[in-house]
Amino acid sequence: MRNIFLFIRRYFNLILFFSLQVFSIYLIVNNSEYHHAVFGEFSNRITGKVNTKYNNVIQYFYLQQTNDSLVKANESLYNKLKANYILPDSVSKLVIDSIRIDSVLQYRKYSYLSARVVSNSVTNQSNYIVLARGKSGNLREGMGVVDLNNSVVGIITEVYDDYSVVMSLLHKDSHISGKLLKSGETGTLAWDGKEPNMITLNNISKSAKINKGDSIITSGFSTTFPKGLMIGRVDAIFTEVSNNYYKVKFRTTTNFHNLQYVYILDNADQQAVNGILNKLNNQH
Amino acid sequence: MSNFLKNIFRFIFFILIQVYVLDKIRLHQMITPYIYFAFILWLPFKINRALLMLIGFILGFTLDSFRHNPGFHTAACVLIAYIRPFLINLMIPQQGIETNYEEPSFKSMGGMVPYMIYAGILMLFHNAWLFFLEAWQFGDTWYFFMKTIGSTAISLLLLFITELLFSRKQKFRTNAM
Repeated sequence: MRNIFLFIRRYFNLILFFSLQVFSIYLIVNNSEYHHAVFGEFSNRITGKVNTKYNNVIQYFYLQQTNDSLVKANESLYNKLKANYILPDSVSKLVIDSIRIDSVLQYRKYSYLSARVVSNSVTNQSNYIVLARGKSGNLREGMGVVDLNNSVVGIITEVYDDYSVVMSLLHKDSHISGKLLKSGETGTLAWDGKEPNMITLNNISKSAKINKGDSIITSGFSTTFPKGLMIGRVDAIFTEVSNNYYKVKFRTTTNFHNLQYVYILDNADQQAVNGILNKLNNQH
Repeated sequence: MSNFLKNIFRFIFFILIQVYVLDKIRLHQMITPYIYFAFILWLPFKINRALLMLIGFILGFTLDSFRHNPGFHTAACVLIAYIRPFLINLMIPQQGIETNYEEPSFKSMGGMVPYMIYAGILMLFHNAWLFFLEAWQFGDTWYFFMKTIGSTAISLLLLFITELLFSRKQKFRTNAM
Protein backbone atom coordinates (compact mmCIF):
# COMPACT_ATOMS: atom_id res chain seq x y z
CA MET A 1 0.00 0.00 0.00
CA ARG A 2 2.75 2.39 0.99
CA ASN A 3 4.52 1.68 -2.25
CA ILE A 4 1.45 2.60 -4.24
CA PHE A 5 1.25 5.97 -2.51
CA LEU A 6 4.94 6.50 -3.04
CA PHE A 7 4.55 5.65 -6.70
CA ILE A 8 1.66 8.08 -7.10
CA ARG A 9 3.59 10.79 -5.34
CA ARG A 10 6.67 10.24 -7.42
CA TYR A 11 4.84 10.23 -10.76
CA PHE A 12 2.04 12.60 -9.82
CA ASN A 13 2.86 15.11 -12.58
CA LEU A 14 3.08 12.45 -15.25
CA ILE A 15 -0.21 10.92 -14.15
CA LEU A 16 -1.86 14.34 -14.11
CA PHE A 17 -0.46 15.08 -17.55
CA PHE A 18 -1.80 11.89 -19.05
CA SER A 19 -5.19 12.20 -17.41
CA LEU A 20 -5.59 15.77 -18.71
CA GLN A 21 -4.55 14.68 -22.19
CA VAL A 22 -6.95 11.77 -22.15
CA PHE A 23 -9.73 14.08 -21.00
CA SER A 24 -8.99 16.53 -23.86
CA ILE A 25 -9.03 13.76 -26.43
CA TYR A 26 -12.25 12.48 -24.93
CA LEU A 27 -13.68 15.98 -25.50
CA ILE A 28 -12.56 15.93 -29.12
CA VAL A 29 -14.07 12.54 -29.80
CA ASN A 30 -17.38 13.08 -27.98
CA ASN A 31 -17.74 16.64 -29.14
CA SER A 32 -21.43 17.35 -29.27
CA GLU A 33 -22.78 15.07 -26.54
CA TYR A 34 -20.42 16.50 -23.98
CA HIS A 35 -21.21 20.01 -25.09
CA HIS A 36 -24.82 19.63 -24.15
CA ALA A 37 -24.40 17.61 -21.02
CA VAL A 38 -21.78 19.37 -19.01
CA PHE A 39 -20.88 22.83 -19.97
CA GLY A 40 -23.01 23.83 -22.93
CA GLU A 41 -25.41 26.22 -21.32
CA PHE A 42 -22.93 27.88 -18.98
CA SER A 43 -20.07 28.47 -21.35
CA ASN A 44 -22.41 29.40 -24.15
CA ARG A 45 -23.97 32.11 -22.09
CA ILE A 46 -20.58 33.68 -21.43
CA THR A 47 -19.04 33.34 -24.88
CA GLY A 48 -22.36 34.33 -26.44
CA LYS A 49 -22.45 37.56 -24.47
CA VAL A 50 -18.88 38.48 -25.31
CA ASN A 51 -19.48 37.63 -28.96
CA THR A 52 -22.59 39.80 -29.09
CA LYS A 53 -20.68 42.76 -27.61
CA TYR A 54 -17.97 42.32 -30.21
CA ASN A 55 -20.48 41.93 -33.01
CA ASN A 56 -22.31 45.11 -32.03
CA VAL A 57 -19.15 46.98 -32.95
CA ILE A 58 -17.99 44.97 -35.92
CA GLN A 59 -21.30 44.86 -37.77
CA TYR A 60 -20.98 48.54 -38.70
CA PHE A 61 -18.03 47.69 -40.89
CA TYR A 62 -20.15 45.24 -42.87
CA LEU A 63 -23.19 47.46 -43.39
CA GLN A 64 -22.18 48.14 -46.98
CA GLN A 65 -21.95 44.46 -47.90
CA THR A 66 -25.13 43.62 -46.01
CA ASN A 67 -26.97 46.37 -47.87
CA ASP A 68 -25.64 45.21 -51.21
CA SER A 69 -26.82 41.68 -50.69
CA LEU A 70 -30.19 42.87 -49.39
CA VAL A 71 -30.65 44.95 -52.53
CA LYS A 72 -29.83 41.89 -54.60
CA ALA A 73 -32.28 39.76 -52.66
CA ASN A 74 -34.97 42.41 -53.04
CA GLU A 75 -34.33 42.61 -56.75
CA SER A 76 -34.89 38.91 -57.23
CA LEU A 77 -38.02 39.00 -55.09
CA TYR A 78 -39.47 41.92 -57.05
CA ASN A 79 -38.81 40.03 -60.24
CA LYS A 80 -41.00 37.23 -58.99
CA LEU A 81 -44.02 39.47 -58.41
CA LYS A 82 -47.06 38.48 -60.33
CA ALA A 83 -47.63 42.04 -61.49
CA ASN A 84 -44.52 41.80 -63.65
CA TYR A 85 -46.03 39.18 -65.90
CA ILE A 86 -48.51 40.13 -68.57
CA LEU A 87 -50.69 37.46 -70.06
CA PRO A 88 -50.92 37.80 -73.83
CA ASP A 89 -54.48 36.56 -73.76
CA SER A 90 -56.87 39.40 -73.00
CA VAL A 91 -59.64 37.06 -71.95
CA SER A 92 -57.85 35.71 -68.92
CA LYS A 93 -56.66 37.87 -66.08
CA LEU A 94 -54.58 37.40 -62.95
CA VAL A 95 -56.55 36.64 -59.83
CA ILE A 96 -55.02 35.96 -56.45
CA ASP A 97 -56.73 32.95 -55.03
CA SER A 98 -58.02 33.73 -51.57
CA ILE A 99 -59.97 30.59 -50.72
CA ARG A 100 -58.73 29.36 -47.36
CA ILE A 101 -58.34 25.72 -48.35
CA ASP A 102 -55.52 26.13 -50.81
CA SER A 103 -54.27 29.51 -49.74
CA VAL A 104 -50.57 30.01 -49.26
CA LEU A 105 -50.94 29.86 -45.50
CA GLN A 106 -52.42 26.38 -45.43
CA TYR A 107 -49.89 24.73 -47.66
CA ARG A 108 -46.88 26.65 -46.67
CA LYS A 109 -44.06 24.24 -45.84
CA TYR A 110 -41.00 26.41 -45.30
CA SER A 111 -40.95 29.75 -43.55
CA TYR A 112 -37.98 32.03 -43.07
CA LEU A 113 -36.73 33.30 -39.71
CA SER A 114 -33.97 35.85 -39.57
CA ALA A 115 -31.04 35.84 -37.17
CA ARG A 116 -27.87 37.77 -36.55
CA VAL A 117 -24.49 36.07 -36.71
CA VAL A 118 -22.45 36.82 -33.60
CA SER A 119 -19.49 34.55 -34.16
CA ASN A 120 -18.13 32.91 -37.26
CA SER A 121 -14.95 31.14 -38.21
CA VAL A 122 -13.49 29.80 -41.45
CA THR A 123 -9.91 28.97 -40.48
CA ASN A 124 -10.50 25.84 -38.39
CA GLN A 125 -10.94 22.32 -39.66
CA SER A 126 -14.41 22.29 -38.18
CA ASN A 127 -16.13 25.64 -38.28
CA TYR A 128 -19.17 26.76 -36.36
CA ILE A 129 -21.37 29.84 -36.61
CA VAL A 130 -23.16 31.22 -33.57
CA LEU A 131 -26.53 32.93 -34.01
CA ALA A 132 -28.17 35.33 -31.56
CA ARG A 133 -31.46 33.47 -31.62
CA GLY A 134 -32.36 30.27 -29.85
CA LYS A 135 -35.14 28.27 -28.25
CA SER A 136 -36.97 31.44 -27.30
CA GLY A 137 -36.94 32.40 -31.00
CA ASN A 138 -38.52 29.09 -32.07
CA LEU A 139 -35.37 27.46 -33.33
CA ARG A 140 -34.87 23.70 -33.24
CA GLU A 141 -31.98 21.40 -33.93
CA GLY A 142 -31.74 20.26 -37.51
CA MET A 143 -33.07 23.41 -39.15
CA GLY A 144 -31.35 24.61 -42.32
CA VAL A 145 -29.59 27.97 -42.51
CA VAL A 146 -29.22 30.09 -45.65
CA ASP A 147 -27.62 33.46 -46.28
CA LEU A 148 -29.35 36.63 -47.47
CA ASN A 149 -29.26 35.50 -51.09
CA ASN A 150 -30.81 32.14 -50.29
CA SER A 151 -27.71 30.00 -50.65
CA VAL A 152 -26.89 27.29 -48.15
CA VAL A 153 -24.82 28.07 -45.05
CA GLY A 154 -25.30 25.04 -42.79
CA ILE A 155 -27.47 23.21 -40.30
CA ILE A 156 -28.28 24.06 -36.68
CA THR A 157 -26.70 21.53 -34.35
CA GLU A 158 -27.12 23.00 -30.88
CA VAL A 159 -29.87 25.23 -29.52
CA TYR A 160 -29.69 27.16 -26.26
CA ASP A 161 -32.08 29.70 -24.77
CA ASP A 162 -30.85 32.73 -26.66
CA TYR A 163 -28.13 31.33 -28.87
CA SER A 164 -27.76 28.53 -31.32
CA VAL A 165 -24.77 26.94 -32.97
CA VAL A 166 -24.69 26.19 -36.70
CA MET A 167 -22.41 23.60 -38.23
CA SER A 168 -21.35 25.41 -41.37
CA LEU A 169 -20.69 23.71 -44.70
CA LEU A 170 -17.02 24.25 -43.86
CA HIS A 171 -17.00 21.40 -41.37
CA LYS A 172 -15.51 17.96 -41.81
CA ASP A 173 -18.72 16.27 -40.63
CA SER A 174 -21.03 18.36 -42.79
CA HIS A 175 -22.44 16.04 -45.46
CA ILE A 176 -25.57 17.40 -47.09
CA SER A 177 -26.62 16.17 -50.49
CA GLY A 178 -26.19 18.36 -53.54
CA LYS A 179 -27.50 18.12 -57.06
CA LEU A 180 -26.29 19.33 -60.42
CA LEU A 181 -28.91 21.65 -61.81
CA LYS A 182 -28.38 20.68 -65.45
CA SER A 183 -28.09 16.92 -65.37
CA GLY A 184 -29.89 16.21 -62.12
CA GLU A 185 -27.15 13.98 -60.72
CA THR A 186 -26.94 13.96 -56.94
CA GLY A 187 -23.90 13.55 -54.71
CA THR A 188 -22.66 14.21 -51.21
CA LEU A 189 -20.86 17.36 -50.11
CA ALA A 190 -17.62 17.13 -48.16
CA TRP A 191 -15.09 19.70 -47.09
CA ASP A 192 -11.41 18.79 -47.06
CA GLY A 193 -10.59 21.35 -44.38
CA LYS A 194 -8.22 23.44 -46.45
CA GLU A 195 -9.59 26.32 -48.44
CA PRO A 196 -12.69 28.20 -47.25
CA ASN A 197 -15.45 28.59 -49.87
CA MET A 198 -14.20 25.52 -51.79
CA ILE A 199 -16.11 22.27 -51.24
CA THR A 200 -16.10 18.94 -53.05
CA LEU A 201 -19.12 17.06 -54.35
CA ASN A 202 -18.52 13.31 -54.36
CA ASN A 203 -20.25 10.36 -56.00
CA ILE A 204 -21.19 12.00 -59.30
CA SER A 205 -21.26 9.20 -61.86
CA LYS A 206 -19.02 9.52 -64.89
CA SER A 207 -21.94 9.38 -67.24
CA ALA A 208 -23.01 12.84 -66.14
CA LYS A 209 -22.10 15.83 -68.25
CA ILE A 210 -20.45 18.49 -66.16
CA ASN A 211 -18.98 21.78 -67.21
CA LYS A 212 -17.12 24.41 -65.28
CA GLY A 213 -19.57 26.98 -63.94
CA ASP A 214 -22.53 24.61 -63.61
CA SER A 215 -24.83 25.30 -60.68
CA ILE A 216 -25.11 22.95 -57.73
CA ILE A 217 -28.39 23.09 -55.82
CA THR A 218 -29.93 21.34 -52.84
CA SER A 219 -31.56 18.04 -53.70
CA GLY A 220 -34.58 18.31 -51.43
CA PHE A 221 -34.13 14.75 -50.20
CA SER A 222 -33.92 15.79 -46.56
CA THR A 223 -36.32 17.76 -44.43
CA THR A 224 -33.71 20.45 -43.86
CA PHE A 225 -33.67 22.32 -47.15
CA PRO A 226 -36.27 22.67 -49.89
CA LYS A 227 -35.26 21.64 -53.38
CA GLY A 228 -33.38 24.10 -55.50
CA LEU A 229 -31.46 26.38 -53.15
CA MET A 230 -28.10 27.44 -54.55
CA ILE A 231 -25.01 25.83 -53.03
CA GLY A 232 -22.26 26.69 -55.46
CA ARG A 233 -20.74 26.69 -58.93
CA VAL A 234 -18.41 24.05 -60.33
CA ASP A 235 -14.78 25.09 -60.31
CA ALA A 236 -12.84 21.95 -61.22
CA ILE A 237 -13.65 18.35 -62.12
CA PHE A 238 -11.42 15.44 -61.11
CA THR A 239 -11.69 11.93 -62.48
CA GLU A 240 -11.11 9.24 -59.90
CA VAL A 241 -9.17 6.30 -61.25
CA SER A 242 -10.26 3.71 -58.73
CA ASN A 243 -14.01 4.02 -59.18
CA ASN A 244 -16.70 5.20 -61.50
CA TYR A 245 -17.26 8.61 -60.00
CA TYR A 246 -16.24 12.19 -60.57
CA LYS A 247 -15.01 14.38 -57.77
CA VAL A 248 -16.31 17.88 -58.38
CA LYS A 249 -14.71 20.82 -56.66
CA PHE A 250 -16.95 23.85 -56.43
CA ARG A 251 -16.99 27.39 -55.09
CA THR A 252 -19.83 28.16 -52.70
CA THR A 253 -22.18 31.00 -53.55
CA THR A 254 -22.25 31.86 -49.86
CA ASN A 255 -19.30 33.97 -48.85
CA PHE A 256 -18.42 32.51 -45.46
CA HIS A 257 -15.98 35.30 -44.72
CA ASN A 258 -18.51 38.04 -44.13
CA LEU A 259 -21.74 36.51 -42.88
CA GLN A 260 -23.67 39.08 -40.83
CA TYR A 261 -27.30 38.02 -41.12
CA VAL A 262 -28.78 34.67 -42.06
CA TYR A 263 -32.22 33.15 -42.53
CA ILE A 264 -33.28 29.95 -40.84
CA LEU A 265 -35.64 27.66 -42.71
CA ASP A 266 -38.48 26.38 -40.58
CA ASN A 267 -39.96 23.27 -42.14
CA ALA A 268 -43.42 22.75 -40.73
CA ASP A 269 -43.31 19.03 -41.54
CA GLN A 270 -39.83 18.37 -40.21
CA GLN A 271 -40.78 16.99 -36.81
CA ALA A 272 -43.56 14.83 -38.22
CA VAL A 273 -41.36 13.35 -40.95
CA ASN A 274 -38.43 12.76 -38.62
CA GLY A 275 -40.77 11.11 -36.13
CA ILE A 276 -41.95 8.67 -38.77
CA LEU A 277 -38.38 7.94 -39.87
CA ASN A 278 -37.30 7.30 -36.29
CA LYS A 279 -40.22 4.95 -35.78
CA LEU A 280 -39.28 3.01 -38.90
CA ASN A 281 -35.66 2.81 -37.83
CA ASN A 282 -36.64 1.49 -34.45
CA GLN A 283 -38.83 -1.21 -35.96
CA HIS A 284 -36.07 -2.71 -38.04
CA MET B 1 0.32 44.97 -8.76
CA SER B 2 0.35 41.51 -7.35
CA ASN B 3 1.51 38.66 -9.47
CA PHE B 4 -1.84 36.93 -9.31
CA LEU B 5 -3.79 39.95 -10.53
CA LYS B 6 -1.27 40.62 -13.28
CA ASN B 7 -1.65 37.10 -14.60
CA ILE B 8 -5.44 37.29 -14.57
CA PHE B 9 -5.27 40.44 -16.71
CA ARG B 10 -2.83 38.73 -19.03
CA PHE B 11 -5.12 35.73 -19.34
CA ILE B 12 -8.11 37.83 -20.38
CA PHE B 13 -5.99 39.98 -22.67
CA PHE B 14 -4.46 37.03 -24.50
CA ILE B 15 -7.76 35.24 -24.95
CA LEU B 16 -9.45 38.36 -26.34
CA ILE B 17 -6.54 39.15 -28.67
CA GLN B 18 -6.48 35.58 -29.92
CA VAL B 19 -10.23 35.26 -30.47
CA TYR B 20 -11.06 38.70 -31.81
CA VAL B 21 -7.90 39.79 -33.60
CA LEU B 22 -5.72 36.87 -34.66
CA ASP B 23 -8.51 34.43 -35.47
CA LYS B 24 -10.04 37.02 -37.77
CA ILE B 25 -6.85 37.39 -39.79
CA ARG B 26 -6.71 35.16 -42.83
CA LEU B 27 -3.17 35.25 -44.10
CA HIS B 28 -3.19 31.93 -45.85
CA GLN B 29 -4.91 28.60 -45.37
CA MET B 30 -1.63 27.12 -44.13
CA ILE B 31 -1.01 29.75 -41.49
CA THR B 32 -2.87 30.30 -38.24
CA PRO B 33 -1.11 32.89 -36.09
CA TYR B 34 -1.08 32.05 -32.38
CA ILE B 35 -0.01 34.27 -29.53
CA TYR B 36 -2.24 33.27 -26.62
CA PHE B 37 0.09 30.59 -25.30
CA ALA B 38 2.67 33.27 -24.48
CA PHE B 39 0.60 33.35 -21.29
CA ILE B 40 2.08 29.97 -20.39
CA LEU B 41 5.57 31.05 -21.50
CA TRP B 42 5.39 34.09 -19.24
CA LEU B 43 4.26 32.36 -16.06
CA PRO B 44 6.74 32.59 -13.15
CA PHE B 45 9.70 30.20 -12.87
CA LYS B 46 8.67 29.13 -9.40
CA ILE B 47 5.31 27.60 -10.14
CA ASN B 48 4.09 24.21 -9.08
CA ARG B 49 4.16 21.83 -12.02
CA ALA B 50 0.71 20.44 -11.34
CA LEU B 51 -0.67 23.98 -11.07
CA LEU B 52 1.05 24.90 -14.33
CA MET B 53 -0.69 22.05 -16.11
CA LEU B 54 -4.05 22.98 -14.65
CA ILE B 55 -3.56 26.60 -15.77
CA GLY B 56 -2.68 25.33 -19.24
CA PHE B 57 -5.82 23.24 -19.21
CA ILE B 58 -8.00 26.21 -18.27
CA LEU B 59 -6.36 28.44 -20.89
CA GLY B 60 -6.91 25.94 -23.68
CA PHE B 61 -10.40 25.16 -22.52
CA THR B 62 -11.39 28.84 -22.56
CA LEU B 63 -10.12 29.29 -26.09
CA ASP B 64 -11.89 26.13 -27.20
CA SER B 65 -15.16 27.38 -25.73
CA PHE B 66 -14.95 30.43 -27.93
CA ARG B 67 -14.32 28.26 -30.96
CA HIS B 68 -17.02 25.70 -30.10
CA ASN B 69 -14.53 22.96 -30.67
CA PRO B 70 -13.64 21.46 -27.30
CA GLY B 71 -10.40 19.59 -26.71
CA PHE B 72 -7.92 20.70 -29.36
CA HIS B 73 -6.23 23.68 -27.75
CA THR B 74 -6.75 22.13 -24.32
CA ALA B 75 -4.59 19.16 -25.28
CA ALA B 76 -1.92 21.37 -26.88
CA CYS B 77 -1.73 23.72 -23.86
CA VAL B 78 -1.47 20.86 -21.37
CA LEU B 79 1.36 19.44 -23.44
CA ILE B 80 3.44 22.64 -23.45
CA ALA B 81 2.70 23.21 -19.76
CA TYR B 82 4.10 19.76 -19.08
CA ILE B 83 7.21 20.26 -21.19
CA ARG B 84 8.00 23.80 -19.99
CA PRO B 85 9.80 22.94 -16.71
CA PHE B 86 12.08 20.40 -18.45
CA LEU B 87 12.95 22.93 -21.12
CA ILE B 88 13.67 25.66 -18.59
CA ASN B 89 15.99 23.34 -16.71
CA LEU B 90 17.86 22.63 -19.93
CA MET B 91 17.99 26.22 -21.18
CA ILE B 92 18.87 28.12 -18.05
CA PRO B 93 22.40 29.51 -18.32
CA GLN B 94 23.47 29.21 -14.70
CA GLN B 95 22.30 27.77 -11.46
CA GLY B 96 19.94 29.83 -9.37
CA ILE B 97 18.61 32.12 -12.07
CA GLU B 98 15.07 31.21 -11.21
CA THR B 99 15.55 32.73 -7.78
CA ASN B 100 17.00 35.92 -9.26
CA TYR B 101 14.35 36.56 -11.84
CA GLU B 102 10.63 36.13 -11.72
CA GLU B 103 9.62 34.89 -15.15
CA PRO B 104 11.15 33.96 -18.52
CA SER B 105 12.14 36.89 -20.72
CA PHE B 106 15.03 38.03 -22.92
CA LYS B 107 16.97 39.17 -19.87
CA SER B 108 16.32 36.33 -17.49
CA MET B 109 17.01 33.62 -20.05
CA GLY B 110 20.37 35.22 -20.85
CA GLY B 111 19.73 36.91 -24.17
CA MET B 112 17.42 36.95 -27.13
CA VAL B 113 18.56 33.72 -28.75
CA PRO B 114 17.99 31.33 -25.82
CA TYR B 115 14.60 32.88 -25.13
CA MET B 116 13.51 32.54 -28.74
CA ILE B 117 14.71 28.93 -28.81
CA TYR B 118 12.71 28.29 -25.64
CA ALA B 119 9.62 29.90 -27.18
CA GLY B 120 10.19 28.25 -30.54
CA ILE B 121 10.42 24.72 -29.18
CA LEU B 122 7.27 25.09 -27.08
CA MET B 123 5.48 26.66 -30.03
CA LEU B 124 6.51 23.82 -32.31
CA PHE B 125 5.20 21.27 -29.80
CA HIS B 126 1.97 23.21 -29.41
CA ASN B 127 1.33 23.56 -33.13
CA ALA B 128 2.42 20.04 -34.00
CA TRP B 129 0.15 18.44 -31.40
CA LEU B 130 -2.74 20.74 -32.27
CA PHE B 131 -2.56 20.21 -36.02
CA PHE B 132 -1.91 16.52 -35.56
CA LEU B 133 -5.15 16.19 -33.60
CA GLU B 134 -6.96 18.25 -36.22
CA ALA B 135 -5.44 16.45 -39.18
CA TRP B 136 -5.85 12.92 -38.01
CA GLN B 137 -9.26 12.67 -39.64
CA PHE B 138 -7.87 13.94 -42.93
CA GLY B 139 -4.57 12.11 -42.93
CA ASP B 140 -2.66 14.53 -45.13
CA THR B 141 0.92 14.45 -43.84
CA TRP B 142 2.40 17.04 -46.15
CA TYR B 143 -0.33 19.53 -45.30
CA PHE B 144 0.23 18.87 -41.59
CA PHE B 145 3.97 19.56 -41.79
CA MET B 146 3.59 22.70 -43.86
CA LYS B 147 0.91 24.06 -41.56
CA THR B 148 2.97 23.37 -38.45
CA ILE B 149 6.09 25.02 -39.83
CA GLY B 150 4.27 27.99 -41.36
CA SER B 151 2.21 28.71 -38.26
CA THR B 152 5.20 28.35 -35.97
CA ALA B 153 7.26 30.80 -38.02
CA ILE B 154 4.53 33.44 -38.04
CA SER B 155 3.73 32.94 -34.35
CA LEU B 156 7.41 33.28 -33.47
CA LEU B 157 7.61 36.55 -35.35
CA LEU B 158 4.50 37.75 -33.55
CA LEU B 159 5.94 36.82 -30.17
CA PHE B 160 9.19 38.61 -31.00
CA ILE B 161 7.32 41.81 -31.88
CA THR B 162 5.20 41.48 -28.73
CA GLU B 163 8.33 41.16 -26.60
CA LEU B 164 9.84 44.27 -28.17
CA LEU B 165 6.65 46.32 -27.89
CA PHE B 166 5.67 45.34 -24.36
CA SER B 167 8.99 44.95 -22.65
CA ARG B 168 8.45 43.36 -19.27
CA LYS B 169 10.67 44.91 -16.64
CA GLN B 170 12.57 42.18 -14.83
CA LYS B 171 14.07 43.11 -11.51
CA PHE B 172 17.23 41.34 -10.51
CA ARG B 173 16.62 39.99 -7.04
CA THR B 174 19.30 38.80 -4.72
CA ASN B 175 19.29 37.48 -1.23
CA ALA B 176 21.26 40.49 -0.03
CA MET B 177 18.43 42.90 0.00
